[in-house]
Amino acid sequence: MRMKITLNNRQEEFNSETLTISQIMEIKSFHFKMLVVRLNDTLIKREEYSSAQVKDGDDLKIIHLVSGG
Amino acid sequence: MLNFNQIKTILSKKVVGIAGAGGLGSNCAASLVRSGLGKLIIADFDVVSQPNLNRQFYFHDQIGMNKTDALRDNLLRINPMCLLQIHNTRVTEENISLLFSVCDLVIEAFDDAAQKQMLIEYMLTNHPNIPLIAASGMAGCGNLEQISLIQSGNLIICGDGSSEVSYDNPPMAPKVGIVSNMQADVALQILLSQNENENNTK
Repeated sequence: MRMKITLNNRQEEFNSETLTISQIMEIKSFHFKMLVVRLNDTLIKREEYSSAQVKDGDDLKIIHLVSGG
Repeated sequence: MLNFNQIKTILSKKVVGIAGAGGLGSNCAASLVRSGLGKLIIADFDVVSQPNLNRQFYFHDQIGMNKTDALRDNLLRINPMCLLQIHNTRVTEENISLLFSVCDLVIEAFDDAAQKQMLIEYMLTNHPNIPLIAASGMAGCGNLEQISLIQSGNLIICGDGSSEVSYDNPPMAPKVGIVSNMQADVALQILLSQNENENNTK
């Protein structure tokens, strides 16, 4: 079973019916220190990354925050 | 489509909060005042220093001044009629609501990534109806094609999302100016469309 999601405005496919946000970050090699995660426009806090489930059709944004301004 | 007088009339009734008056905040504020924005609420605790002048909207004779005081002077030179509420203070979770809850829109203009995250999480949790325009990634020069907008509901993030400021990759006037003006442009777009929506529901 595969799922298709929108990750940071791009279509992505994963070989799983559902994944947690932590698993997606691991697969995508996202090792950001500061970030903002929004799943279907809802804020997901750091302590929820390992429990929040992403499923087919979801809109996920994992936004890297870097210093500078 | 609106002409500039109509744009100014709408913007003159709007209030924008700017968290941070460095490279992003000072330049974004200048563009918003030039566009005719009615009121800005600006908070920063820092003082103008010589290295700031490579990108921030300050002048050599303002070194040593509080950024908020220097920025007020500069913005009033653009438009003496604009209303400015300045707070010479560090923005923290304890004062965000006091500072910005009356705003039509807030600009995240911090330097430090942890501060950016703090403001974004606080605003999304406590003031989800106020649009928040943040910035991430504007160090060095070149690679402008990497710069983009990411929108998720009321949160919009401008920048390349990866170039981190460091000793070897300093922030420079062109790219900081581009990203701060992207923030200002998105702000105008949202403020003008807020007005359309209000008219449609009347």
